[in-house]
Amino acid sequence: MRFSENWLRTFVNPPHSSDELAHALTMAGLEVESVEPVAPPFDKVIVAEVVSVQKHPDADRLNVCQVDIGTADNKLIQVVCGAPNVEVGVKVPCALIGAHLPGIVIKQSKLRGVESFGMLCSAKELGLSENAEGLLLLPKDAPNSMNFREFYALDDQIFTLKLTPNRADCLGILGVAREVAAITAIDFVPPEIEPAKSEISDTVTVYIDKPEVCPLYCGRVIREVSLAVATPLWMAQRLERGGIRTINVVVDVLNYVMLETGQPMHAFDLAKIGSVQAGKLWVRYAKKDECLELLNGQKLELQPDMLVIANEDEPLALAGIMGGIQSGVQLETTDLFLESAFFSPEVISGKSFRLGFSSDSAHRFERGVNFAATRDALERATNLILSICGGKAGPITEVKNRLPSRDVVKVRLERIKRLLGIDVESGQISEIFERLRFSFFVNDDVFHVTPPPYRFDLVIEEDFIEEVARIYGYDHIPASLPRPMMSMLPESEVIDLPSTRLKHILISRDYREVINYAFVDANWELDFANNDSPVVLKNPIASQMSVMRSSLIGGLIANLQFNLNRKQTRVRIFEIGCCFMNNESNYQQTENIAGLCYGDAAPEQWGQPARNIDFFDVKMDLESLFWPEQVRFEKFIHPALHPGKSAQVYKNDKIAGWLGELHPRLQRKYDLPRSAILFELHIDSLSTRTLPKVKRLSKFPPVRRDIAIVVANHISTQMLLESINTEKAAIISEIHLFDVYSGKGMEFGKKSLAFRILLQDTEKTLVDKEIDEAISELIGILESKFNAKLRG
Amino acid sequence: MKNLENLVSEAVILIDRAENATELEQIKVRYVGKEGELTKLLRGLGELPQTDRPVMGNLINQAKKSLDEALARRKKIIEEKEMIAQLEGDTLDVTLPGRGLGMGSLHPVSQVLMRIESLFHSIGFAVASGPEIETDFYNFTALNIPENHPARAMHDTFYVDSMYLLRTHTSPVQIRYMKNHQPPLKAIAPGRVYRCDSDVTHTPMFHQVEGLWVDEYVNFSALKGILMDFMQKFFEREDLPVRFRPSFFPFTEPSAEMDIGCVMCDGKGCRVCSNTGWLEVLGCGMVHPNVLKYGGIDTEKYTAMAFGLGVERLAMLRYGVNDLRLFFDNDLRFLEQFN
Repeated sequence: MRFSENWLRTFVNPPHSSDELAHALTMAGLEVESVEPVAPPFDKVIVAEVVSVQKHPDADRLNVCQVDIGTADNKLIQVVCGAPNVEVGVKVPCALIGAHLPGIVIKQSKLRGVESFGMLCSAKELGLSENAEGLLLLPKDAPNSMNFREFYALDDQIFTLKLTPNRADCLGILGVAREVAAITAIDFVPPEIEPAKSEISDTVTVYIDKPEVCPLYCGRVIREVSLAVATPLWMAQRLERGGIRTINVVVDVLNYVMLETGQPMHAFDLAKIGSVQAGKLWVRYAKKDECLELLNGQKLELQPDMLVIANEDEPLALAGIMGGIQSGVQLETTDLFLESAFFSPEVISGKSFRLGFSSDSAHRFERGVNFAATRDALERATNLILSICGGKAGPITEVKNRLPSRDVVKVRLERIKRLLGIDVESGQISEIFERLRFSFFVNDDVFHVTPPPYRFDLVIEEDFIEEVARIYGYDHIPASLPRPMMSMLPESEVIDLPSTRLKHILISRDYREVINYAFVDANWELDFANNDSPVVLKNPIASQMSVMRSSLIGGLIANLQFNLNRKQTRVRIFEIGCCFMNNESNYQQTENIAGLCYGDAAPEQWGQPARNIDFFDVKMDLESLFWPEQVRFEKFIHPALHPGKSAQVYKNDKIAGWLGELHPRLQRKYDLPRSAILFELHIDSLSTRTLPKVKRLSKFPPVRRDIAIVVANHISTQMLLESINTEKAAIISEIHLFDVYSGKGMEFGKKSLAFRILLQDTEKTLVDKEIDEAISELIGILESKFNAKLRG
Repeated sequence: MKNLENLVSEAVILIDRAENATELEQIKVRYVGKEGELTKLLRGLGELPQTDRPVMGNLINQAKKSLDEALARRKKIIEEKEMIAQLEGDTLDVTLPGRGLGMGSLHPVSQVLMRIESLFHSIGFAVASGPEIETDFYNFTALNIPENHPARAMHDTFYVDSMYLLRTHTSPVQIRYMKNHQPPLKAIAPGRVYRCDSDVTHTPMFHQVEGLWVDEYVNFSALKGILMDFMQKFFEREDLPVRFRPSFFPFTEPSAEMDIGCVMCDGKGCRVCSNTGWLEVLGCGMVHPNVLKYGGIDTEKYTAMAFGLGVERLAMLRYGVNDLRLFFDNDLRFLEQFN
C-alpha cells in the first residue's frame, strides 16, 4: 500500500513529523517500508508562460523564448531553451537565476552569444521522473508566477506500507487514517458521503445465483458521461503517488475511490451489457467452455469455480478480480454501469494466483473488504464522476443477502494479563478499544466486543489481545526472564547421538563440511545411486534441480568439479543431509553422511613425499567415525564404484553404508583428472553405540611374538582375523597385522601376512612352554583353515 | 717437595688449557695414568725412609685429588663446550610448516546452528526434528493456514504431489512435537526448509530454527525476555538493542517481528540495514489456540510461545558474509575460513 502523506493528513493530522509517523505505524504493525519525498529539494522554480519563441541565430536546436513569470510590471524574461516541445502559449516550470536544482545552480549565462535568464525545465531536470523528453507541460490554468512546488504539491512524501495479509482494512487511505488515529490517540471522524442525486430512472436488474459468495451487490447507471475530459491534476497526483497508473477519467475515479475507501469497483459500458431498456446482469459461477478476455489481454478458459458477472449471453467480467475487455469503458463510452460489491474472500482467494497475475481488486477482496461501505463507495464514485465528467445518475440497485457474521467475542481481562504478562486495568482496555472504535461493553472484567465490518482478522479472544498489545505498545510490555527450570534434560550416551559428534571427527581429519541443495539433477540419481524413480518435484525451480536426492554423492562430485575449476587440487569434503526415496505408500526420508576425498593424501608439503589418496586412507576416516566400535567390510558391487575397490560396511550385521573408489567410467564422464574415494553411511548406524565396559588391565608384562604366513590372495584378512580371534588361546591378548606382501619372491597368487602377537595373563608371568603352545596352536588353525604356510 | 708442587701446578695449567676430551685424556694419562708422573711418585714412596712416608703419601694423595678435581672440572667445561658446539649445528628452521594432515572446517551454517542449539540448551530446550517432505496438513492446515489462505501464496511451495510438499518452514515440527510429548515442553527444531524462490537474497533451500515453549505461565513478556537474551548472547553484546513489532503469522496471536540494532553499523545506518539501523531477524508470537488444539494441548491450562529464525541471516551478520549464495557454492576458499 502506497499513498501520499499529504492526502492522509487531510483526514487525520497528528502532530508527528513524517519520520515519527512512520515509526509509529511500524511499531503498531503497519510496517513502513519507505518514506520517499515526491520530489528532491529544489527552489526558485515557478509556473511560467512562454510568450514568444524565436530561433537562436547561431544554433539550430536552440530557441530564444520570452517568458512571462508574472511580475507586477508584466516584464518578460528571456530564456534560451533547447527542448523540442517549446511553443508559444505553453505553461512550464521555469527555474529562475539562483535556483538550486538537483545537481545544478541556475546562473545568468550566454548560450552561443545569447543571454539567458533562467531555465525552462523538464520533469527529469526537476528530479520528478527518471527520463522525460522535453519540457514538463502544465495545465493551461496554472497561475503564472506560482511557486511550482506548491502548484504541483511537491512537498509531500510517499509512504509505502508492507501490510501483513490480515490488515486489508488498511488497503484504503481511510483505513490507514482510522489506524493512525487509534495509534496516536487523536480524534478521527470519517467524512460523510452525500448520496448522489439521481436524475434518471434507468436501472440494471442484478440476479445473484449464490448469495453466500456475493452477499451484497450495488450498482447504478450513469448516462451522458464524457470521458474526453482530463483527470484532475490533484487526482492524477494522488493516484500516481499511490502507485496507480492513470488510464481514463472513469477508471481513474474508480481507482481513486478504491485507494480512498479500499472498495474495488468496476465500470461497465452500459451498451455492452445488453438491451439498453432492460439491462440484466447475473452474478454466477462460470459454465463449462465459457471464455473471457480480460482487460490485461489474457484470454481465459473459465473454470466452474470462478465467479463471473455475465449478461444473458456471456461472461463480462471475472468477479472481483478483473473486468473483461469487451465490456470495459472506452474513450467513446457515454453510458456506464458502475459496480460496487462485496465478494467473499473464499470465492476470490487463490484465483488470481492460479491465473498468474495479481490485481488490486483481487488483492483486496481475498483479504476482505469493508462490507459496510460498499454503497458509500458507489455514492462517492458517482459524485466524483458527475462533477468531473458530467452525466446523469440513476438510482442504486442493491441486492443484499446475508453478510458475514460479526459475532461478539468475549475478552477476559485476566486472560489479557496472563497472555501478555502485563498488569493492566479494565479502564485501560476500554480506552484502547475506544481508540480502535470497537463497539463493546464490559461486564465483570469481561469485554464483549463486536468486530467491525472492516476487520476480518478479529475472530477469537487472542485476536483482540493482540489489538490490546498493539495499542498498549509492544515496547511497553516488559521483557522478563521466567523462573529457572531446575530439572536437567536427558542426554543419552547410547542412543540419539547428535551428528555434531561426527562433524568434529571428520573436521579433525581434514575434511571440510559442505551443504548442498536437496534437489538435484535426475542424471545424478541415475549415475550415483542407480535410481531411476526418484522423488520428483512438481514445480522445480530449474530442470537440473527437479528430483530429490537419494544419495549425497552427486552434490559432492559437483563441489569437487566446482573447486577443481578454481584450481584446487586436493579436496576433502563431507555432508550430512536428508536423502529421499520413493516407497510404495510414502516417501522414505533418512539422514546420511557422505564424504569425498580427491588428490594427495596429505597437503603438498616439504616433510613427506606426495602420494595419491587411496581406499585405505579413507577407510580409517570411516572407521574413526565408529570408533571404538568395530565395523565389517564386504566386497561390494555398486554402479558408481570401481568394482575391485569398493566395500559395503556392516555394523552389527546391518548395512551401515559403503566405501569405494569412483568408477573410472564416471571419473571420465565427470571429467576428473584423478580418482576420487567416496563413502556414504546412514546416520542411524552412527547414532547409537554401546556403553564402554572396561576390561581389567594386567600387571604382568606382555610377550611379543611375530609370525609371517603365506596364504592365497583371495583369502580376506578380515575373515582370517575373525576366525583366529574366535579360536585363539585365551592368553593371546592381541593379534595385529603389521605387514602385507605380494609380488617379487612370492609364489604367484599368494600373499604374505605378518602378525604381531601379544600374549599376556592377568594372573601370572607366562612361561615359554605356554607361549610356544599357544603360538603353535594358532599356526595350526591357520594351516588347517586357510591352508597357510609359515613363511621361512 | 718443590717437585711435587711444580708438578701439580704445571699439570693444572695444562688441564685448564686442554681444548678437548682427547687432550684432557692425554694429560690425565701423563700425570695420573698407570705410568703417569704422579703415579710414579706414589710408587716411589717405598724407597723413602719409613718416617717420611706418611707425610709424603698424604701430600701425593692430596696432589692427586686436586688433579682429579681439576680434570673433572675441566671435563665438565669441555663437555659443555662440545654440547654447545654440537647444538649449534643442530638447529631446525622452526618456522617450517608442521607435517601431516591439515585441519578441516565446519560449515558456517552448522556453526551457527550449534551455537543456537547450545544457547537454548542452556535454558532447557530440547532439540526436535521432523521430515523435510511434509504433508500439506502439517505444513499449513495444522498451522492455521487453511487452503486458499493468502499466506499460502506467500510461501512459494515446492510440491511433490497433491498431499506432500517440501516443508516451507520448520513450524510443522511444533505440531509433531506437541503430539508426541506431554506439556510442559520446550524444544527447538533446526533444519532445512524449501521455497520456490531464487535471487540475490533468496536461495530455494535454507535453514531455520523453530522454537516452542508450552507451559502454564508462558506469556508475551517472557517471550520478549528470552529472545532478547538469546540475541544478546548470540552476538555477545549485552547492550544490543532489540525491538518487537506487531506482525502477522497465522500460527501465532499476538504475533511479533523482532528487530535487533544493526550489528554492522551499530544502528547508525548502513547498506545492510537499509539505513534504518534495524535488522529484522526473527518472527515470533504466542501460539494460536487453533495450533495448540491441533497439537492436543489444553488451551485454557497452557499458553505457549513460538519463534522461527533464519539461520543464514544470522550467519551472514555474525561472520560478515555479504552474499547468501556463498553458503551453497561450497567454495573451499570460503569454507576454510571457518572452524
